[in-house]
Amino acid sequence: MNVPESFRYTSDHEWVSIEGDIATVGVTDHAQEELTDVVFVELPDAGRAVSKGEAIAVVESVKAASDIFSPVTGEVTEGNAAAEGEPALVNTDPHGTGWIFKVRMSDPSELDGMMNAAAYRELIS
Amino acid sequence: MSGELKESPLKAVHEELGGKLVPFAGWNMPIRYGSILEEHAAVRETAGVFDISHMGQFVVTGAGASAWLDGVLTNHVGALGDGEGQYTFLLNEAGGVIDDLILYREDAERFFLVVNAAKIAEDWAWMQGRLIEGVDLEDLSEDFAAMAVQGPEAVKVYAGMVPGAELPPRNGIVRVEHEGQELIVCRTGYTGEDGFEFFCAAADGAAWLRKTIAAGARACGLGARDTLRLEMCYPLNGSDLSPERTPLQAGLGFFVKLAKGEFVGSDVLAKQKEEGLGGRLVAIQCLGKGPPIRGGAEVFSAEGELLGVLTSGTLSPSVGLGIGLAYLPVETAKIGTELAIDVRGRKVPAQIVKKPFYKKA
Repeated sequence: MNVPESFRYTSDHEWVSIEGDIATVGVTDHAQEELTDVVFVELPDAGRAVSKGEAIAVVESVKAASDIFSPVTGEVTEGNAAAEGEPALVNTDPHGTGWIFKVRMSDPSELDGMMNAAAYRELIS
Repeated sequence: MSGELKESPLKAVHEELGGKLVPFAGWNMPIRYGSILEEHAAVRETAGVFDISHMGQFVVTGAGASAWLDGVLTNHVGALGDGEGQYTFLLNEAGGVIDDLILYREDAERFFLVVNAAKIAEDWAWMQGRLIEGVDLEDLSEDFAAMAVQGPEAVKVYAGMVPGAELPPRNGIVRVEHEGQELIVCRTGYTGEDGFEFFCAAADGAAWLRKTIAAGARACGLGARDTLRLEMCYPLNGSDLSPERTPLQAGLGFFVKLAKGEFVGSDVLAKQKEEGLGGRLVAIQCLGKGPPIRGGAEVFSAEGELLGVLTSGTLSPSVGLGIGLAYLPVETAKIGTELAIDVRGRKVPAQIVKKPFYKKA
């Protein structure tokens, strides 16, 4: 299972990658394997104010819909239109081109509660 | 469903193959091995094999068996010759569906019935309670492992499994001896593809599953079985069929033979035919790309009036659009009628289409 070292992780099986005050969010390799066959991605609009833990996107597989939560408080800067157009990217490249949305963080200290790669590997082992 | 989950006799092979087991109709069954979409495609393009060991098997024997079965089932048992089968319904007194099943006539005094897993006990009790002198009913569900091999290459898989054995014609049944083991082979399925279902001694099941795979079938789970059957508008009992709905309302009147004489529920069906169905199960397809529509979603008219609820729904892998079934008032249940399906508060545009959703090119 691929668990990139530089990411932070949530217990909802999302990853967070930080660049400045922008958090890029996606579902983990483990999550996409559990979901299988993502056929639909619903994105939040840019500019939307979000709170940590709020369900703001949906990833649907053939069998079920799963909420994607914002792991941080802030404002959505972008949803991944490429993943919306080609939902299979979430399966084929979950940590890269299959990212879901980006949030400009208002409280970077929220990152402190998240797992690092080692802790996440432990969670899914 | 309460109590412990039953395990398939094929469980060891499912685990070897990485099958993801989930509870279904009281059984712990593989929903998928890898990708549902790939398993779906395998059945449409080559061949897949499904574990259907959860399904039940009854044998009805006796000189009066044929006539008795005609009194409890909707299709015309008396019309069958030896080795022939038919899809049929077991109805309650109100004409509602207890179960949909396939019945095969092995000979004039022996009938083989394949029933739904979740309905074995109910079917048994219902039929047992109506038995007459000279007819015997036996539940052999525990004895068998069962598999469905489906797809354009199913015939090739069969030839690899049991070289030299003949496949019965469509809806037919044969018993095949192979290396000291007996198979009951039925030319039927639940996918819209050519194929067969076979039944063997439970202890031999795992070896037979390996043989089907060695002969070219891809192991497929219940996830793909559901998308395949829904593309064909084949009903799932408990979802699209229920004790409150008749087969006529489900659009399956072809399997109801009122002319054969009385059977349980026939008076209600005859009346319904005369006075109108009230509601009808229709095929609903989304107009464009969008979120999958799922069972339980509310169905609205174009004007915003609530008309019904989807009994099944999915994203059709073959068609690429959301598809579903719903009972709608007959006056709205016309092909081309535009509808809106509620998905998380959003109205997804859809329309009633001709069944089935998937037609072979």
